[in-house]
Amino acid sequence: MRTVLALSRRGFIGTMLAAGGSVLFYMNVASQAVAASSPAAILLNGWIRIAPNGSVSVFSRTTELGQGALTSLALIVAEELELDPASVTIEMAPVAEEFMDTTPDGPAYYVTWASESSRDMDRRMRKVAATVRALLLRAAAQTWGVTDTECSAHNGIVRHTGGRTLSYAALAPMAATLPVPQDIEPKPRANWRRLGHATARFDIPAKVDGSAVYGVDVKRLDLLVATIAQCPIFGGRLKSVDAGAVEKMPGVKKVFALEDAVAVIATGYWPAKRGLDRLRPVWQAGERKAADTGAQYALLRQAVQSPKHLFLPEGAQEAELLTAHDAGMAAATTHLDAFYDVPFLAHAPMEPMNATAHVTPQGAELWVPTQFQSLVREVVAEILGLPQEKVIVHTTVVGGGFGRRVEIDYAIQAAKIARHVEQPVKLIWSREEDMSRGYFRPMAVMQLKAGLDAQGQPTAFSFAAACPSIMDYTSERRHGVTEEEVDHYGLANARDWPYAVPGQKIALASTDLDVPVTWMRSVGSVASVFGLECFLDEMAAAAKADPIAYRRHLLRHRPRELAVVEKVASVADWDKPAAMGRHRGFGMNVCNGSVVAQIVEIEVSPQRAVVLHTIYCVVDCGIALNPDTVVAQMEGGIIFGLSGALFGEISLKDGAAVQKNFDSYPLLTLAQTPKIQVVILPSDAPVGGVGEEAVPPVAPAVANALFAATGQRLRSLPLMRQGLTLVDRI
Amino acid sequence: MTYSLTINGQKRTVSVDADTPLLWVLRDNLGLTGTKFGCGAGLCGACTVHIDGQPVRSCSVTVSAVAHASITTIEGLSVDRSHALQRAWIAEQVPQCGYCQSGMLMAAAALLRDKPQPTEADINSAMTNLCRCGTYPRIKRAIFRASGQTGNPR
Repeated sequence: MRTVLALSRRGFIGTMLAAGGSVLFYMNVASQAVAASSPAAILLNGWIRIAPNGSVSVFSRTTELGQGALTSLALIVAEELELDPASVTIEMAPVAEEFMDTTPDGPAYYVTWASESSRDMDRRMRKVAATVRALLLRAAAQTWGVTDTECSAHNGIVRHTGGRTLSYAALAPMAATLPVPQDIEPKPRANWRRLGHATARFDIPAKVDGSAVYGVDVKRLDLLVATIAQCPIFGGRLKSVDAGAVEKMPGVKKVFALEDAVAVIATGYWPAKRGLDRLRPVWQAGERKAADTGAQYALLRQAVQSPKHLFLPEGAQEAELLTAHDAGMAAATTHLDAFYDVPFLAHAPMEPMNATAHVTPQGAELWVPTQFQSLVREVVAEILGLPQEKVIVHTTVVGGGFGRRVEIDYAIQAAKIARHVEQPVKLIWSREEDMSRGYFRPMAVMQLKAGLDAQGQPTAFSFAAACPSIMDYTSERRHGVTEEEVDHYGLANARDWPYAVPGQKIALASTDLDVPVTWMRSVGSVASVFGLECFLDEMAAAAKADPIAYRRHLLRHRPRELAVVEKVASVADWDKPAAMGRHRGFGMNVCNGSVVAQIVEIEVSPQRAVVLHTIYCVVDCGIALNPDTVVAQMEGGIIFGLSGALFGEISLKDGAAVQKNFDSYPLLTLAQTPKIQVVILPSDAPVGGVGEEAVPPVAPAVANALFAATGQRLRSLPLMRQGLTLVDRI
Repeated sequence: MTYSLTINGQKRTVSVDADTPLLWVLRDNLGLTGTKFGCGAGLCGACTVHIDGQPVRSCSVTVSAVAHASITTIEGLSVDRSHALQRAWIAEQVPQCGYCQSGMLMAAAALLRDKPQPTEADINSAMTNLCRCGTYPRIKRAIFRASGQTGNPR
């Protein structure tokens, strides 16, 4: 019964006594959360429990993807409750309405995305935990007949100045009955002893001995394993399949046809895979606008030149904006005009898509490595004709998400397959399915134009992007996104460019390509920052200015961004010539409350062999809750970004993806990885995102360095297909 | 077919078809799920184990080929995370999602057995497994730390 909490006290912090003597402290601030969030920004809600034995546990609605979010959550609670962080237990909250974020007219969310976890926890959990501390102090004060201020909390004990003590566990039942103060302020930063200091992540020990249980590792009694072949042609269907011979193979239990796929259920993955490989499913291609990458590029290139949706900044009038842009262009003495493009990308987390489902007449139980638990529950319940309360979703350890596990296709398939057998079934996609079946990061073509005056300073600027809309494909479209709504992620950073460039015109051409697309780490920022930061270098070159000197001037009214640029320039010794044979490039991303700037130092041989030597990275992410996690996310974001910038490409031929495994979709290797130096700029700004923000700058930084080295401007990703090869650093 | 395997010092018997990759014998038949499935094609190294001390991608070797060999998996690297590499992995806070790390640790353990003081070039050529989270810089530092070498890699 512990989860039955009313949502009627929105905006208030509340407490309750739970069965078993645990005390729950909860907060639901949905009404504030909506105002504070962007459409895609969904927040974490939390409960703190103090058990009779004194153990303190916290519910998380954030999936630990390796980003260290759960350790940060424990740190926040430990800081405000004056506990050793290692003594705080984090558990995944049950997937139930009481633990979700609700919007006034929309759905309830239990999701991990948009670099929101730590930002949200900082805004909300600090206040919850601080309020719990205040309640414990008040309970002690009332017990002893003293004032709150004579009491202090430390390591699970409240102590009176006179020497009396009571444990949190002893005080918790009384604390839960007290009126809840709504105005408790979290501890000032100067008093932090845990937050803001590098803390070892709690999830790491189980990841060095093989004991962490990922989705693919789920064990159940009588578990069967299934694997699947989906129609390789996007939009196609399964026409027919002859299951006869395969169902007689050793270990194979059943061949199961879905609308656009066929699955083999067996006693283990290998018999299932062997059976699947013997099947000869006949696919039926659907209608499509373009069947290969060349034709898709042509569609986007045409669309970007007549974009339908003009982006209007708040308060701007369309006519005035266009007049200012046209006047700026007319006044210019130099005009620049360039097309940039990025391909489809596969997330390719190391753990292939999988889900385990057990469907009985009474209900369904799923074990899923997922970023979007509430959607799994909602859709599976709908498919199975069950009330949502009858669908239990467990979150496993997750082998990389990067946005792919916001989609729930594999969980739906697992449920559809499992309803036809009595036993639980674990569906595991092969790597080939994982890589070639989407959802992908959208392909995009951008057109950038600038007018410069005689001094090389911009007088007008335009950015247009053509790309498929994530909103047309993501499972999240179930949540009330209408067909009319523009997928502004295609514009991303162009909407709020920090550079003081007058006469800006930003426009989007949503262009469907019949290929499923979704969120990928940094979403539209990767494409837009590639175009914007490279084009700024083109503008600087036209002005015969140093790329960073040019930016300094355009950032003169943006002290926060300017400080990051100055710091990275100083760390990389930008104002001195690069070492002999070395060339440098710059890129910056301003997103999700953080500023990240990078300088890449490379070497290019006459044979066009490229060595990545060093990447300097400076981040202002506001308050760094766990600085070592920030560094790890910068390192990881840079390497993730390099794989995409240098090699990453999903291309289509005859309606199907060409790349199917890591031989044709290479990732950066250890030997190719440059030295990475990260500096966190001290900051009192609110906690910003760090999981995504280091990805976008690296592609333009490398492209700008390649321009410095070769004089050739590469405007198309990936960079290494254009007559260049990457070689090991040492 | 019935095979008698020596895994982490213990004799284990399994009845599987001869073409079954060692990876799936470990995971599905013996419940040793620390060894991970990443690509099924010997490209990513998430399934790396030791066969007679050598690092091998277990998705690409059949059970019939290792019936007389000594196999070590991540579960056998130590019983209590006490291997120098495991301690270094924690000290350097290497894993993010962690999925590739069993294979990384097994590859690194084989390297240190051959070369207790590896150079950075040794590490580069031995550590060819893939990591999507981007933990390579920390892997390199952790191998240096585990081998008792001071100073950071270049």
